[in-house]
Amino acid sequence: MGELKLMKGNEAVAEAAIRAGADAYFGYPITPQSEVMEYLALQQPHKRTGMVLLQAESEIAAINMVYGAASTGKRAMTSSSSPGISLKQEGISYLAGAELPCLILNVVRGGPGLGTIQPSQADYFQSTKGGGHGDYHLIVLAPSSVQEMADFAKLGFELAEKYRNPAMILSDGVIGQMMEKVELFEQQPRKSEFNEDWMLTGKTADRKKRVVTSLDLEPTKMEKHNLALIEKYRAMEENEVRYEEIACEDAEYIMVAYGSSARICQKTVQMAREDGIKVGLLRPITLFPFPKKRIAELANRVKGFLSVEMSSGQMVEDVKLAVNGKTKVEHYGRMGGMIHSPEQVLCGLNEFLVD
Amino acid sequence: MDIQEIIQPENLVYERTQCLTDATLSYCPGCGHGVIHRLTMEVIEEMGIQQDTLGVASVGCSVLAYDFMNIDMTQAPHGRATAVATGIKRCWPNKFVFTYQGDGDLAAIGTAETIHTCNRGENLLIIFVNNGIYGMTGGQMAPTTLPGMKSSTSPYGRDVELMGNPINITDMVSRLPGTYFATRQSVHKPGNVRKTKKALRMAFENQKLNKGTSIVEIVSNCNSGWKMTPAESNKWMEEHMFPFYPLGDMKVNGEMVEKK
Repeated sequence: MGELKLMKGNEAVAEAAIRAGADAYFGYPITPQSEVMEYLALQQPHKRTGMVLLQAESEIAAINMVYGAASTGKRAMTSSSSPGISLKQEGISYLAGAELPCLILNVVRGGPGLGTIQPSQADYFQSTKGGGHGDYHLIVLAPSSVQEMADFAKLGFELAEKYRNPAMILSDGVIGQMMEKVELFEQQPRKSEFNEDWMLTGKTADRKKRVVTSLDLEPTKMEKHNLALIEKYRAMEENEVRYEEIACEDAEYIMVAYGSSARICQKTVQMAREDGIKVGLLRPITLFPFPKKRIAELANRVKGFLSVEMSSGQMVEDVKLAVNGKTKVEHYGRMGGMIHSPEQVLCGLNEFLVD
Repeated sequence: MDIQEIIQPENLVYERTQCLTDATLSYCPGCGHGVIHRLTMEVIEEMGIQQDTLGVASVGCSVLAYDFMNIDMTQAPHGRATAVATGIKRCWPNKFVFTYQGDGDLAAIGTAETIHTCNRGENLLIIFVNNGIYGMTGGQMAPTTLPGMKSSTSPYGRDVELMGNPINITDMVSRLPGTYFATRQSVHKPGNVRKTKKALRMAFENQKLNKGTSIVEIVSNCNSGWKMTPAESNKWMEEHMFPFYPLGDMKVNGEMVEKK
């Protein structure tokens, strides 16, 4: 068993980044995720592993520092919360366009605008549909525990590098701030070889120069690039879908929820079953790629789905697309930093779904 | 002796540096970018650091600099070149890193990055080409457009009451503690070309010694954007740009240069 610690989600992701062999972190403070950089600063990762830590002048600068580091093949990350992630979107679009791997953590708070510092899941569209300009997707992982915050830091880097695509951990203020027991994986060495043919390492006499860019003024080439990106997203949909099912075997109704909302819904499942309602929970772990095939299968045999999100209903659209009219799909959720209770979800379930 | 007899390999006194590709430059005839590209690449060749140098192209006319410079390069979002360069340099402290930016990129949208990169004293070189206009997008008013100067978005001349004043950003950043070398040069005459090359060489040498940020501003013409012939634009640059952006060193070896 690995080392056990009691940690905040934000601290766990920071510790895991060091252990996953990250080369660099660039960030800017914003509530409720500032503990990520604070934890790293206390740890002095340059002494532990040689990892670079730099507090940038803005979220915009931070994501572009990630772009620079990633263009050389280094394992780089940044973290922020909703308004800060909005600022990073230009850079994220460039990272996706230039096919650079990196890890981005969003500890979501309520919006729009400056919103609130309380938890929310209202950045689902932004995270899973692109977020910045142009046709692209991020790999989006949704942790529902402090343990997963740690585990997904490692997984996020691995998937990002596998597909040469930015990966995002879409967390929220609950998961970021709460403390839980976490089992930490062993320290991994930082990368020592940078020999892939796209990495900027300095042009030597035996090879051509390398260029990392998202620009091509020739539209026929740009279309080819877009097609290649789509190909990559399809491969992700084929190979990387992750989800968890709780009490779905005999379920007549299924709640779909991720992150902290999924934890709340676990309790609702228990309560509903005590009331004799056969309810299950499907928890998407990857929000992109979304478990649409599994939802489509379940749609053949259940009476309805309830998408439970701390938003006005964003993931519900993906559930509806997957269900494709085969059965009823409803949404329940609170917003603006308010967190629904298991009882409220149960009321929603009864009101919107159960006959 | 006719010309064909003269054009022989053994008579060659000057050739393209191997640090430039053989791609045709996309810049307008008469523009200074080609000379500045060449000088930068000559310095890299002379120092023997081609394999240790990473460049960052910006957004503007020089967005395609990576097509012409025969070194590993990336292309930064508009204004963010020094942040991208910071990310590279922090991870590869032994590499030579430079940005190549215009005035719109560096002194308008990228002002914060420029100031904070210099203030942190990032050990890299900023090559700043100032032609007082947005050339790539067709000649709009830039942060460095002179008072009264015409552009497509100041068609009656820059009215500082309405549009604000031009910014002398190299002078500003020269005063920051992290800036080790700040100079302003031009490439419109042979003597100035030599001085610019010397400045670029000094900037790369500073980087080798881990001294902090060097910024080499080159006041250049934009004959297309200014709607002049190349010769007219160089004359106009001397008469109008240089009084506002005087040539010379501002800070050398970390010390401000006393103005006479």
